[in-house]
Amino acid sequence: MVSVSFGVLAETAGLSPLAAIVMSAIVYAGSAQFTAIAIIAGGGGVGAALAAAALINSRFLAMGAALGPSLPGNAASRAAQGQTVVDASWVLASRGDGTFDRNMLFGSSAIQYVTWLSGTVVGALAGDVLGDPEKLGLDAVYPAFFLALLVSEARSGRPLGVAALGGAIALALVPIAPAGVPVLVASVAALVGLTRSARADARRKAEGR
Amino acid sequence: MSTSVALIGGCALITAAIKSVGPIALGGRELPDWFSSLVVLLAPALLAALVVTQALADGDRLAAGPDTAGVVAGGLVVFKTGSIIGCVVVAAALTAGLRAL
Repeated sequence: MVSVSFGVLAETAGLSPLAAIVMSAIVYAGSAQFTAIAIIAGGGGVGAALAAAALINSRFLAMGAALGPSLPGNAASRAAQGQTVVDASWVLASRGDGTFDRNMLFGSSAIQYVTWLSGTVVGALAGDVLGDPEKLGLDAVYPAFFLALLVSEARSGRPLGVAALGGAIALALVPIAPAGVPVLVASVAALVGLTRSARADARRKAEGR
Repeated sequence: MSTSVALIGGCALITAAIKSVGPIALGGRELPDWFSSLVVLLAPALLAALVVTQALADGDRLAAGPDTAGVVAGGLVVFKTGSIIGCVVVAAALTAGLRAL
């Protein structure tokens, strides 16, 4: 469903069906693809779209670092194996003790790659038949998908506060900043959340707890 | 077409580079705590910004419409049931239904 929507919606950002399929084939990072497409469709530039995609991909730095010791071979080989990381395959491959089952990583990633790519093909080709994506409510799919990810990540505490601040920053900037920029600036909310966490930690230490 | 090429090529290179850094440079080494915390907090900030800029804005002006109602309904579904697919389906269906009225 999500990959089919990507195929259909890529057209709203001016991508041809072939371009949408190529993007899923060589990028293979759903949230980064959706983010980049959403910013272009909203009138943003390529620079803003790529910067937002890089930020949303930054979690792969942390995931790759955790995975590193479980991958054999030289640097190039480890980097190649690291390309198979997507959120679900990383979670499935994790043994829970800090090590990873790389066969599980490759296997689950391969299955998802096929699903992701074939869904995009269906969506991209169906786009012409389906007609106006807005009539079908497909423009609500991006924000709904992002909201679903947000709800599963940030139900309470610090992440919820950061989400509220990020949303407020973006809304405030929409009328005055070029498209795409409000989303980038909203990442400052994460820094604010971080400094507040650091202060809270320092206070706990100072109080000797 | 050149926009598509720049977007797709750029996105592919950035993603590949980011996925390579962890296993090569950081393998076996711990990331500093602040970095991991920052990465954890980046997702909610960016996701919330993406949701509001698409559900509550139209270009450079703030606007609520059928898609806003659809996204809110989808949000309730995922909050109650945890289903991402349910959220997306309800959001699209309600948005399409309201537009068809």
